[in-house]
Amino acid sequence: MARKIGVYVCHCGSNIAGRVDCPEVARFAGGLKNVAVSRDYQFMCSDPGQDMIIKDIRERGLDRVVVASCSPRLHEKTFQKACARAGLNPYLMQHCCIREHCSWVTPDKDEATLKAKHIVEAAVLRVGRHKELHSREVGVLPDVMVVGAGIAGIQAALDIAKSGHRVILVEKSPSIGGHMAQFDKTFPTLDCAACISTPKMVAVAQEPNIELLTWTEVEDVSGFVGNYTVTVRRKARYVREDICTGCGACLEKCPTKVVSEFEEGLSTRRAIYRNSPQAVPSTPVIDRDHCKMLTKGKCGACQKTCPTGAIDFTMQDRREVYHVGSVVLATGYDTMDPTPMREYGFGRYPEVYTALQFERLNNAVGPTGGKILMKSGEAPKSVAIIHCVGSRDRNYHEYCSRTCCMYALKYDHLIKDKVGHGCEVYNFYIDMRCFGKGYEEFYRRVQDEGVTFVRGRPAEVVQENGKLVVVGEDTLMGVHVRVPVDMVVLCTAMEARPDSTDVARIFGIAQGRDGFFLEEHPKLGPVSTASDGIYLAGTCQGPKDIPDAVAHASGGAAQALALAARGVVSISPTTSWINPDICVGCKVCIGLCPYSAIEFDERRHIAVINEAMCKGCGSCAGYCPSGAAQVKHFRQTQVFSEIDGMLDPLPDLLAPAAEISQTTAQA
Amino acid sequence: MNQDFEPAILAFVCNWCTYTAADLAGTSRMTQQPNVRLVRMMCTGMVDPKYVIKSLLSGADGVLISGCHPGDCHYQNGNYKARRRVRLLNEILSQFGIDRRRVRLTWVGASEGQEFAATVNNFINDLRELGPLDSRGLAAL
Repeated sequence: MARKIGVYVCHCGSNIAGRVDCPEVARFAGGLKNVAVSRDYQFMCSDPGQDMIIKDIRERGLDRVVVASCSPRLHEKTFQKACARAGLNPYLMQHCCIREHCSWVTPDKDEATLKAKHIVEAAVLRVGRHKELHSREVGVLPDVMVVGAGIAGIQAALDIAKSGHRVILVEKSPSIGGHMAQFDKTFPTLDCAACISTPKMVAVAQEPNIELLTWTEVEDVSGFVGNYTVTVRRKARYVREDICTGCGACLEKCPTKVVSEFEEGLSTRRAIYRNSPQAVPSTPVIDRDHCKMLTKGKCGACQKTCPTGAIDFTMQDRREVYHVGSVVLATGYDTMDPTPMREYGFGRYPEVYTALQFERLNNAVGPTGGKILMKSGEAPKSVAIIHCVGSRDRNYHEYCSRTCCMYALKYDHLIKDKVGHGCEVYNFYIDMRCFGKGYEEFYRRVQDEGVTFVRGRPAEVVQENGKLVVVGEDTLMGVHVRVPVDMVVLCTAMEARPDSTDVARIFGIAQGRDGFFLEEHPKLGPVSTASDGIYLAGTCQGPKDIPDAVAHASGGAAQALALAARGVVSISPTTSWINPDICVGCKVCIGLCPYSAIEFDERRHIAVINEAMCKGCGSCAGYCPSGAAQVKHFRQTQVFSEIDGMLDPLPDLLAPAAEISQTTAQA
Repeated sequence: MNQDFEPAILAFVCNWCTYTAADLAGTSRMTQQPNVRLVRMMCTGMVDPKYVIKSLLSGADGVLISGCHPGDCHYQNGNYKARRRVRLLNEILSQFGIDRRRVRLTWVGASEGQEFAATVNNFINDLRELGPLDSRGLAAL
C-alpha cells in the first residue's frame, strides 16, 4: 500500500508554535512511512497556505493529505475544499487538531511537541486507510418554519416572506408579539413599543406568504436538512377563527375571572380572553381550565352573546403536518421569578414589583391605564430600582442579562416624567453597562434628570412604618445606607424558557450551561446550530435587547433563505454500509437504528442500509458482531490505524531529530 | 501514588458534545495533563468494544469514552447504547484482571469545557494510582 501523503503542520502564528515545535513535528512526520512531503507554515488556512497544499497535490501527485492545525470543527471544510480544488477527493484529507487539544492546554513545550507528534502520526496512519467518498445532493423544500412569534420570529418571518418563500409561523400563545407586546416605551429613543411593533404584527397577519398558526405547539420533527417534517398540535381555541370578527362582545359577558398572565398577575382577565384589544389575531381563546362550560358543562354566556356564532365548544386539538426545508427557532426568554430571593420581599410586600410588572404599570392599556400607581391608588413619592436581580449572581445566573441597566434608566426617566420631578428615584447597581448605540448618551441624560445612583447590590428590602427600606452599602462612599421608599422595582434576569430542554430535544440541538440554545460557534456561527437547517433567532440563544434580537433574527432568516434559494444541499456521504458478503442476517442492527434506516432483504437474507435515511451515527457499526456494518470514514481499519498512531511508543524526547525519524521509519 | 508513572490514555469522544467541550477547554486555555489522546467519533454509540480492547492491547493504560448527557444525544440514543456496551465490556474485562476503573464512561456536554478538563485530569490521577496496566491478563484476550 504505497501512498504519497503530504503533511502540513500549521504554526497558527504563535498559537501552536508557542508551545509545539512545529518544524520538529514536520521533520518527524517526514520520516513516517508513505509521507512524501512534510512542511510547516505560519498560517495553513491562509491563501498561500492552501495554495501550498494545492501545488503539492498537483506537482507531486499527492494522493493523501494531513493537515495538523486547529480543531476540525473550525477548518476541516476549508482544507477539504482546498483538496477538491486540486482534484483530490476531499475525504482523502485528514484534519487533526494540535491547537485546542494540544498547544493551548499543555504548558510544557516538550510534552506538547510529543503529543502533537502522536496526533500527527495517528492522522498519517489513518489517512492511508481513507477511501474516496462522494457527497450526494438532495433538493431543499422551499418553505421555512419559524417557531415563536415575538419580535425576533416576526422579523425572521417577514424577511423570509419578502423573498417570496412561504413561511409557517408557529406561536404557542393565542396572539403574536411576545414580550415586546407587554412593553410600554423602548430605550434609548423612548418610542412606544406598540407604535413600532403593531405595524409589524399587522404586516404578519396580512402577508400572503405567511401562514400564521397561533395557539399551536411543535410536537415532533423528523427528517434532515432541506427535508424536515414537522408535526404541530393546534390547540382547540373554541372560537372559530374563520367566523369571529373580533368584536369582543363575548369578553364582557364571561362571568369567570382569572389572574392575567399577560398583565403579570396585576389584574384579571376572563376565561374567554385576548391579551389586548390590539392582539393579532384578534380572535379570543377560551381557557379550558377555567371556562365553566368546559369544566362543569353549564354557562355558555359567550356562545349566547356571539353575534356570528363563532363559539364552538366541541372543538378538539388537532395535529397538522408541514414539510419545510429549514426551521428558524425564535422561542424567546422568560424573566426569572424573584420569589425565591426572599431578601427582596417579592410576593411578601405588595409594593415590590418585577420589571415586567412595572412595564405593565406604565403601559397605556395596562391595569392602571399607564399611570404609575401603588396598590393604594396613590402615586409613589420615592422608588428604588434594584439592578442585577438574579443576574451576575453565582446563586442564580452568572451571566449579565444585558438589558436591565438600560430599561432601569428608561424607568428612571418615565417615573420622573409621569410622577413628577419631586419623586425620588434610587438605582442600586453593580456596574452601569450602557454599550449600545445612543445608550451612553441616554445614561448621561437620565443622570441630568436628578436620579440617584448608588453603587452596590442591596442586602435586603424590609418593611418599616409602612415604608419599604432598602438596606445596602454604597461601595463608592464606603457607607451603609438605609433608603426608605414607597415602591421597589426588581430588574429580574432574563433566563431560558423552562421548556427549552424539551424544545432542544425536539429539534436536535444543544443547550449551553446557561440553558439558552447553543450556537454553532460563539463568534462566527451565532445563528446556526449543530443540526444543519435549524437556525436560531433572538433571545433563545442568549439575552439580547430589541435591536440585537432583530439583527440576530434577520441573520437567521438569511441563513434559511440561503438554503432555500440554492434549492439543493449536499448531504455528507459518511453513512453506514453493510457488507453483503459478511452480513449473517442477525437483524440486531435493525432494532438499534434510531432512524429506521435499515431494512431486511428477505431474498438475500441480509440487512441493507437506506442511505437517504441514515445519518451515520454508527449504532449498527458499534454492535455488528460480524463487522459487516461500518460507518464510511469511520471504518474499523481507519480507527485501528488511528489508535496505533496515538499509542506508538515514541523514542525519548531529547533524542536528536534525525534519530527519531529513523527509528520510526524502521518501526 | 506513583508520581513517575505517566499513563497513556485514549479517549473516544463524540463529535457533538465532548469533542466540542474539548475544543472549548482549549479555547478557554484550561490546562490539562498531556497524557490523553483524543479519537473523534461521531457518536459514542459507534464505539465498538473492539476499539477499547485494541487500545488496551496497544499500550493504553486506560480508555475514556465520553459523549452527550443522557437525553441529549445528537442521534437520539447512541449514548445509551454506549452505556450498555461499556457495562458489559467491563464485566468481561474484569474477568481478565483488568480493573473496572481503567475503562471509564462519562457524559460531558458541549458547553462543559471545565468539566472536560477536570474529567481528564481526574482520570489521569486515578490511573497513576492504579499503575501501569498488567499485560499478562491481556494475553488471554
